[in-house]
Amino acid sequence: MTLAAPRPAPARAPRRRGPGRRAARVGRPRLTWALPGLLFFMLFAVVPMLYSLYLSFCGNWGGIGSAHLVGAVDWQRLVDDSTIRQATRLTIELTVLSWLFQTPIALLIGVWAAGRQRHRAVLSAVFFIPLVLSSTAISLLFKALLDPNFGLAHAIGPWIGFSDGNILGSPNGALAMLVFVGGWQFMPFHTLIYQGGARQVPQMLYQAAEIDGAGRVAQFFHITLPQLRHTITTSSVLMVVGSLTSFETVFLLTAGGPGSATTTLSFAMYQNAFADFNYGYASALGTGLVVLSTLLSLLMVRFTGFGSMRSAREGM
Amino acid sequence: MRRVAIVTSTRMNTDPELSGRATRRRRPLRARLRRANPAAGLASLVWLLIVVVPVYVMVNASLMPQGEALGGKLLEPAAHATFANYQLVLRSGFFHLLLNNVIVTVATIAIVLVLCVPLAFAVVRARGARALLVFRVFLLGLAIPAPVIIVPLYVMVSKFGLYDSLWAIILPTAAFAMPVTLLVLVGTMRDISEELYESMAIEGASPARMLVSLVIPLSKGGISTVSVFAGLAAWNGLIFPLILTQSPQNQVLTTGLWNLSSEYGVDVPATLAALTLSAIPMLVLYLAARRALISGVMGVGGK
Repeated sequence: MTLAAPRPAPARAPRRRGPGRRAARVGRPRLTWALPGLLFFMLFAVVPMLYSLYLSFCGNWGGIGSAHLVGAVDWQRLVDDSTIRQATRLTIELTVLSWLFQTPIALLIGVWAAGRQRHRAVLSAVFFIPLVLSSTAISLLFKALLDPNFGLAHAIGPWIGFSDGNILGSPNGALAMLVFVGGWQFMPFHTLIYQGGARQVPQMLYQAAEIDGAGRVAQFFHITLPQLRHTITTSSVLMVVGSLTSFETVFLLTAGGPGSATTTLSFAMYQNAFADFNYGYASALGTGLVVLSTLLSLLMVRFTGFGSMRSAREGM
Repeated sequence: MRRVAIVTSTRMNTDPELSGRATRRRRPLRARLRRANPAAGLASLVWLLIVVVPVYVMVNASLMPQGEALGGKLLEPAAHATFANYQLVLRSGFFHLLLNNVIVTVATIAIVLVLCVPLAFAVVRARGARALLVFRVFLLGLAIPAPVIIVPLYVMVSKFGLYDSLWAIILPTAAFAMPVTLLVLVGTMRDISEELYESMAIEGASPARMLVSLVIPLSKGGISTVSVFAGLAAWNGLIFPLILTQSPQNQVLTTGLWNLSSEYGVDVPATLAALTLSAIPMLVLYLAARRALISGVMGVGGK
């Protein structure tokens, strides 16, 4: 599941004469085979996306009657809205912090787990439990654990500077907990991605480095990291798009609070749509979010040279 | 793309492990120490603890009477362990939530497979630029996150008359599982060798026949991987049921848990019991099908 465009079709051997050539034409499915799936996907994913763009030009529409185009008032408001500016800053902070928190640890553990440790099967069985729990269950669990009155927060809070244990009650504490809970949930996923990537680094490279006398750390920085650059891109793109649009954790754990301290863009969109019933404005927000996340992933793909499909095995 | 398929075959995963075990015995102690990576080992132990403690507290405190949990000593083993919280949760209509969740999950997997297997087959085998275009549409779909289009989807689902029905959850969930499914299936099907197709074509097999007796049997690994992914998305999804359904009879586990937790309020052990109960089906499945799941995710990072 690399994010780059795949080869159009498997490279075909030069056309042969005789039965092979006939075979190349016979028995190929028509593209109509793809039609049901394509139409279904268009209806429930692509059309809503376009509809969202349309609604974003329909002004303050609340779902009653039909929507009419009124121009870019919602987009104008989006640009001027100071709460949205704050939400944008917060969303970016959350995304950057999540990346900084998850990537080094996932990389370190993933590369380690790709090696040959004893008891790895047992270890990973426990390690990957968060992978199968729902964001809902995880958020509710941490909400209970972080309850200042009877949660673990009461015991842990004083250690990390919250003497009353009310971590979720402070803006920075709440943000930190969003980063932490997100990490708790998604770290195993990214660790697995890195583990899969690290398994494919040719052992030959390490053997050569060992002969040259390179130490463990040098090997990590000069072999593992460069070899994993496509894996890092994949993982980072998934992570960034995921945190930019993450909704469940904010909704359940902090509800955007305290105040509006953790109101991210996707939560602001939810509030605008389903608390204020302003679908036009919420659609403008949503569309903006898609544009932002697509641009960011394209930028990351371009920046890391992932799109050029150069093989990491170049020169071998 | 091809890496997905390579990693999915578990044989590849166990091979280095086995040979590793053999070489380790022969390797002298000093070399073994040099290969060891204490920093990463320590990090994984710490993270293991971070994973285990909340899960332990969840199970442990779910056995406590409310009074004991209010004392805040959630780490100590429950002194007066009781199943009363579980009984309360089961009486609150938990089985109904579970049943709805199973329906949603099974229907989602069925729709995704019925639509995506022929789709992937066509993308891999049909000729021409249009097959690529179809594929591109789905790649684009990867970038559309579900929460972002929830507003237009809500309006559309209401217009279709599907609002507040299980279909309102199933259909969008299936649609959003399709891009990843297609990527994995296309990767798997590309690895089926051209010769096999050709020999079937010489015998005059129709595309349908090829799909049934060649492509599907040889893509079993990919199909089980995508079933796990689509199933997890359906089982764990919150945003679609939250926005697109309303009445208690259409609640699924996620919305039900949310409701129960606000209903129980300060009765934290009851909430934790509900959380524990909701996690059991997936945990059991996970322990049974860990290999398929893990190797599936690992393939995501293929270079």
